[in-house]
Amino acid sequence: MRAKKLSLTIAHRLAILAYIVFALFPLFWLLKVAVTPNDLLYSEGVRMWPSRATLEHFEFVIAHSAFPTFFRNSVIVSGSTAIAVTIIASLAGYALSRFSFRAKYWLIALMLITQMFPLVMLVAPIFKMLTPLGLTNSLAGLVIVYTAFNAPFATFLMQSFFDGIPKDLEEAAMIDGATQFKAFRQIILPLTLPGIAATLGFVFTAAWSELLFALMLISGNDAATFPVGLLSFVSKFSVDFGQMMAAGVLALIPACLFFLLIQRYLVQGLTAGAVKG
Amino acid sequence: MASIDVQGVRKNYGDVEVLHGVDLTIRDGEFIVLVGPSGCGKSTLLRMIAGLEEVTGGDIHIAGKHVNHLAPKDRDIAMVFQSYALYPHMSVADNMSYSLRLRKTPKEKIASAVGAAAAKLGLDPLLERRPKALSGGQRQRVAMGRAIVRQPKAFLFDEPLSNLDARLREQMRAEIKKMHGDLGATSIYVTHDQIEAMTLADRIVAMHAGVVQQIGSPLDLYDRPANLFVAGFIGSPGMNFLEGTYHSGDGKADIRLSDGTAIPIRPREGLRDGYAATLGIRPEHVELKEDGSWQADVELVEPTGLGIILHLSIHGQSFKIFTADRAVLSPPPSLQVNFPEEHLHVFDEDGNRAD
Ligand SMILES: Nc1ncnc2c1ncn2[C@@H]1O[C@H](COP(=O)(O)OP(=O)(O)OP(=O)(O)O)[C@@H](O)[C@H]1O
Ligand SMILES: [Mg+2]
Repeated sequence: MRAKKLSLTIAHRLAILAYIVFALFPLFWLLKVAVTPNDLLYSEGVRMWPSRATLEHFEFVIAHSAFPTFFRNSVIVSGSTAIAVTIIASLAGYALSRFSFRAKYWLIALMLITQMFPLVMLVAPIFKMLTPLGLTNSLAGLVIVYTAFNAPFATFLMQSFFDGIPKDLEEAAMIDGATQFKAFRQIILPLTLPGIAATLGFVFTAAWSELLFALMLISGNDAATFPVGLLSFVSKFSVDFGQMMAAGVLALIPACLFFLLIQRYLVQGLTAGAVKG
Repeated sequence: MASIDVQGVRKNYGDVEVLHGVDLTIRDGEFIVLVGPSGCGKSTLLRMIAGLEEVTGGDIHIAGKHVNHLAPKDRDIAMVFQSYALYPHMSVADNMSYSLRLRKTPKEKIASAVGAAAAKLGLDPLLERRPKALSGGQRQRVAMGRAIVRQPKAFLFDEPLSNLDARLREQMRAEIKKMHGDLGATSIYVTHDQIEAMTLADRIVAMHAGVVQQIGSPLDLYDRPANLFVAGFIGSPGMNFLEGTYHSGDGKADIRLSDGTAIPIRPREGLRDGYAATLGIRPEHVELKEDGSWQADVELVEPTGLGIILHLSIHGQSFKIFTADRAVLSPPPSLQVNFPEEHLHVFDEDGNRAD
């Protein structure tokens, strides 16, 4: 019995380990290539770690490429998009969760439809729309497009979080003397922090890695975001893998920081104890 | 404190009407208990008074003020929810003081009000805890405390004790009664529990299918139920009913069961000769007598400790007796019983009481 339990535990741990290795291996490879000197990249064959590690790619990327600009643009675009979408989605999600109004059904259907089209189909019309408005080649244009595309899904996400919060709570707050909006802000919103964190994280990463629109709407380096910038390491005749990977590693940093910041809210269930469990 | 006046209040959900014109006048300081089977509209009525549900028709006045379109926050009432609805991200003290903070009450006043309420409910050692670190009974007390920290015009309770175990319920019931004695606050209390209704109420409102059936003191409802519904709903075990037809003449009257047996009663007004009528008698009022005039077959014996419930059959109709006489713990196969006239309730063909 004992032995069986032990072996089960070991199998369990091994399975988790295998999963983690599988999931993280590409990241490891990214890091490995980023620290491999150019002269060793092809000469050493496939090894897990180069015989000599270097930071020269990082230095080059930071000091001599347009990467800092891409990076700054991406932070601005992703951050603004995440915040804008989360605000819109919180308000809309709350409305869908709590109010009944006539067009609700159609509104939801419409929002679902927007999620059905492959984005490629929409590139041309959106380009046509943004050009006269002067929103091509600008970060603001990207933020608007990203916000529009992420808002519906984020709204559904937030709605499900609001659905999970008992209605009694805001009714109690209203009887205690709060307006509905105050009850939303002081009682419901704090309890939705995990949902808000998840939405922020989801939208941030989506905007951070978006390539298609960034590529189509932006030309030139000034307003290019990081995924577009990465492509500039691909020249006609060669790909500078070392620098590209170094840029990739650097680009991971804000995403990691961001998730470190919000993970506290992602893991905890805040509603415990609200109603008799 | 205030009076509450409900006039012809109706409620529709879409096409379905769930309250069909409720009239209810509650005096200042009165303790009203709403009872009725599940789905009869008790919570709906309570929530309409609180302002949480829109009023489809009719008028609600609180302290003489028309409140149909007033937001809950402007009605100045307190409510204890069945689920307690404590704010999970706030400490017990913050839960209790939330309403005062919303009203911008000075800090010292908040502290003293919370202190007083906590002392009254024995919550002092728990003030800094979050709701999730409390037991069910403690949560219930916090919900209570949240209501009593301010002096609202009225208290509304929606089955506040139904999540507690029997012992705790008994204790909280007594505390609510004591609290009402101290505060003298106008209260409306929804419950399924007979004992809660009987012990707490100044007046009970019995509802069925969105219609008020009877309003009166607990003993009124027990002694003189207005109709079959109230007769069957109030009291436990429930009242026995024997269906038959009413016959009268020569200053005498009886109710004839389907097998022809006639049970003599005193003549009642409002009953028509030859029409259907129902005879009711509470299990605790049936007499067991050697020389009783009715024979009953014993089907089941249920000892409750306090007394014994006997399930009988009289002329093919099932029947219950409640008695403290332990001799019937092992009864003979059949018994003789009497129906004392002063304890007989008679209802006409529409189920309304006839006197
Ligand atoms: N939002 C709603 N939409 C449609 N019907 C509703 C809604 N809320 C309540 N009802 C109906 O209204 C009726 C009264 O409900 P209510 O909650 O007042 O019953 P209740 O007397 O409190 O019952 P319980 O004792 O089970 O709590 C029920 O038949 C219920 O199905
Ligand atoms: Mg109810």
